Amino acid sequence: MIPVKFDYIHAESVEQAIRLQQESNGEGKLIAGGHSLLPLMKFRLTEPGVLIDISRISQLKEVRKEGDRIVVGALTTHHAASNDPVIKEHIPLLADTVRQIGDLQVRNRGTIGGNIAHADPAADLPAAAFALDAQVIIQGEDGEETMPVDQFIVGPLITMMPENSIVTAVSFAIPPRHTRSVYLKYFHPASGYPVVGVAAIAGVDESGVIDFVRIGITGVGDIAYRAESVEQTLLGQTPSEAMIQEASRLAAEEGEMGNDFFTSSEYREHLCKVYTERALRSILLAN
Amino acid sequence: MANVIGASLKRKEDPRLLTGNGRFSDDIQLPGMLHAVILRSPHAHAKIKKIHAEEALKSQGVVAVYTGKDLEGKIGPVPSSWLVPDANLKEAPQYPLAIDYVRYVGDGVALIIAEDRYVARDALDLIEVEYEVLPAVVHQKEAMQEGVPLVHGDIENNIALHWKAGEVADEIINDAEVVVRESFYVQRVFPSPLETRAAIGQYDAGSGELTLWCTSQNPHIHRMVLSDVLGISEAKLRVIAPDMGGGFGGKIGVYPDEALVGYAARDLKRPVKWIEQRSEHFTASNAGRDEIIDVELAGKRDGTLLAIRVKNTANLGAYLSTMGPGVATIDFGLMITGAYDIPHASCETFGVYTNTTPTDAYRGAGKPEATYQIERIIDLYAREIGMDPIELRRKNFVRKEAFPYTNAQGLLYDSGDYEKPLEKALETLNYEELRQKQRELSKQGKLIGIGFSTYVELCGFGPSEVAGAIGFQGGVWENSTVRVHPSGKVTVYCGTSPHGQGHATTFGQVVAEKLGIPMDDIELVFSDTKSISMGWGTYGSRSTAVGGAAVSIAADRVVEKAKKIAAHELEASEEDIVFENGKFQVKGVPGQQRTFQEIAKSANMAWNLPEGMEPSLEAQSFFKPENFVYPFGTHAAVVEIDKDTGEIELKRYVCVDDVGRVINPLTAEGQVHGGIAQGVGQALWEGAVYSKDGQLLSGTLMDYALPKARFFPRIESAFTETPSPVNPLGAKGVGETGTTASIAAVMNAVMDALKPYNVKDIEMPLTSEKVWRAIQDGEGN
Repeated sequence: MIPVKFDYIHAESVEQAIRLQQESNGEGKLIAGGHSLLPLMKFRLTEPGVLIDISRISQLKEVRKEGDRIVVGALTTHHAASNDPVIKEHIPLLADTVRQIGDLQVRNRGTIGGNIAHADPAADLPAAAFALDAQVIIQGEDGEETMPVDQFIVGPLITMMPENSIVTAVSFAIPPRHTRSVYLKYFHPASGYPVVGVAAIAGVDESGVIDFVRIGITGVGDIAYRAESVEQTLLGQTPSEAMIQEASRLAAEEGEMGNDFFTSSEYREHLCKVYTERALRSILLAN
Repeated sequence: MANVIGASLKRKEDPRLLTGNGRFSDDIQLPGMLHAVILRSPHAHAKIKKIHAEEALKSQGVVAVYTGKDLEGKIGPVPSSWLVPDANLKEAPQYPLAIDYVRYVGDGVALIIAEDRYVARDALDLIEVEYEVLPAVVHQKEAMQEGVPLVHGDIENNIALHWKAGEVADEIINDAEVVVRESFYVQRVFPSPLETRAAIGQYDAGSGELTLWCTSQNPHIHRMVLSDVLGISEAKLRVIAPDMGGGFGGKIGVYPDEALVGYAARDLKRPVKWIEQRSEHFTASNAGRDEIIDVELAGKRDGTLLAIRVKNTANLGAYLSTMGPGVATIDFGLMITGAYDIPHASCETFGVYTNTTPTDAYRGAGKPEATYQIERIIDLYAREIGMDPIELRRKNFVRKEAFPYTNAQGLLYDSGDYEKPLEKALETLNYEELRQKQRELSKQGKLIGIGFSTYVELCGFGPSEVAGAIGFQGGVWENSTVRVHPSGKVTVYCGTSPHGQGHATTFGQVVAEKLGIPMDDIELVFSDTKSISMGWGTYGSRSTAVGGAAVSIAADRVVEKAKKIAAHELEASEEDIVFENGKFQVKGVPGQQRTFQEIAKSANMAWNLPEGMEPSLEAQSFFKPENFVYPFGTHAAVVEIDKDTGEIELKRYVCVDDVGRVINPLTAEGQVHGGIAQGVGQALWEGAVYSKDGQLLSGTLMDYALPKARFFPRIESAFTETPSPVNPLGAKGVGETGTTASIAAVMNAVMDALKPYNVKDIEMPLTSEKVWRAIQDGEGN
């Protein structure tokens, strides 16, 4: 478990991180918490020539409210995010999700930006990111750009990240006040990653009908997705056990179920339905 | 110190280990030390056409590259140490590096030695091997069929051994009122110690002595086998096992890797270190189990059991490991009747070569498998005749009065009282009420299951004559020296080799009690063939029953001699001396006494010893037990199954173990906990998965699920004590009970929960998908 030889350098600012990437001639790789990158390097599945450590860039650790969105600095650790008062107040779904990532050591090191940029199809965070209409804020050679998460992540470990750029923050839409949310996952017994992870937000208006619902599902295939069929079925309906069951049947509709020796695609599809059902039940039917 | 035996003392080892002051293999740094890595086969079966090592050799810092051909004639094959007799055993030679063919993914192909481990690892990628890939065979039953690839060209049908014990006439089965048949697969699992394997060799060119530090559960066996492989006198080979992060059987084996390190250190005349990588460990270190067990249990409708007939088809991997041949034969086949008085029994075992990593003893070695099949089939039998599984067990238990009891396979169970732990477990569970609750909850649609395993296992290896008769290449007696220094402080040398069991604590307690001195005055020395004359190591729950017994006897001998000296000094007759609380006291004459420390000084100074007595105070014992020991007990699991997903929650785990006399209840309970975790791991989460062409798919900890603390409820553990008559401590063995018992307990609980769906068996590990499918199928019926 020894990686190939690499250089290691600290970047003190976003600008320097970009410059160091330019200077590395495509050999450079940014490192924050390192909890995804280092294992890949040890397996020699990736062999960057130089690691550019961005963990000292303190302005990337800020969390702030900007209009109807919460902007979470890329270097915010999962642990910090799960305890952040702004996140807990406005987007508790994010806190609930990152609290279930890995173990304490992973949460202490792993970062929101690193997680999104790595685009691991098995990661927890994309479920919440999809449900919260996340946008990825990227600083590149030609300035800043913002990309919706579903356009940023395009495949397993594949993103639209431009060359020589850095994710500086991820912003999340604040759902309406009257909604409730939950993240439910089926833990893989070995890795602790979600075999299926369902992040759900929903609320009912004064007349008792569902006026807001967002469901993000991760883990089951190569890429996370919004369960829009479930959302469409529920919108405008009065929540009931029967309604939830009917809608949850569509939970796998937009997803492509993967399979491995631990779980078949048929079972993953089933888990999608059951966990969506449970998530919806807990936010729409429980007191 | 009186009453030290039986006290729950905290482990003496822990402060050192927990504060980072342990000395593990990787902590050893020697001047001029080189680093080794081993290039391993990526193919399950291939012919080696050519190895190109030139690039690697050119690389700066690379000192040497050895291939199998380079070592031919210089270093011998590594033999198995369990040559099971009357089994037509065919041992294919395992050379330290493959010569013409590789036979499993992980088979060693080249040894690279470099100035540092980074250079060594990089050089690995520079070696090019031309392989001609051959068809592989992975599954043992397939391997026995005609026309499949042969792992070793000259061994027909890949059959390494065919062994039989006992006879059950066909009529008994054919005429029986009830016959229950089932096939169980006890899947391949990985022992997975926290620390991987390692070896460091250092050669002294002047003396010709080779020192080998290695992760060994039995340094003296390593010395015996490796001296032969390396062609070096045992007197010139010193094997030391440093601190070890567990073994679980995976470090019993003498592997090619240790031989390679020893060879290179001698050849290059520089120290060489090899640390196995975690990903390497999955394919290069021996696995456990992998046995397909076909069982027939016959009896009467009233629950009287008459006969058990078993066939075990065991996957031994590509080569015979150190203990591999004995596991599915002797260890398994003689224990198939379990805790029950079943008059007729037979076992037929096929040991089969496949293109997989060799299998060897893993915690329990054969006994978990034996327990699994009998405890599972007895539940199915109870279901068949409509009897409570507890009642059926009770009806067939070997009676308390029957001990010592000879089972149908000829083993003599030393002592037992099987009802006692069962009673205690039922009481703890509140069994009747629990069953009531289960019925109520089932009406609400909840799936609750209660499962039992009333096991007995064979431990305390063992009587030397028996070892010889069963082909084990070892004496398996034990050795200890108790050396008393002039101050009265004591050093104890032991032939067992602890690696997490806590012998420094438990053996220390035995010595403290015997000599009446504080624990802090006792130092224990293990795991070094230079300071300890001989020993057979730690495995098979033998250490306390055999090694602890040797310690106890040696300590008694010290007291015996000390008493003579005290009598001499106190001018009393030896019979009038009482030894209590560390003092030799003249009976009825208060004040007329000598402390143990005073006698220690007298003995070592020898200024005034009894006529003809030799100086010093030291005694040795070579203890050869007359029989094995047979711990037993009851384990019970309560599970709840999520009907919608098949997920299993372990709600309660209750165990009452009888391991004879308990030296330290705290460490004994720790052993039981660890054992249970590994047994439940086998039942619910762990399992090696190979592709058809022999690639290990479950080859990382991301895929291979080891049990985690949060998967478990609080374990409710207790002991009953039925002393063993075969050793002076009355101790049995505790390290493997948890694993032996728990696999069946959890499986029986899940099967009990799934009874409404008429499920009889699900292949382990019980992933939620398998359980969910069983529920789907059951609902469909």
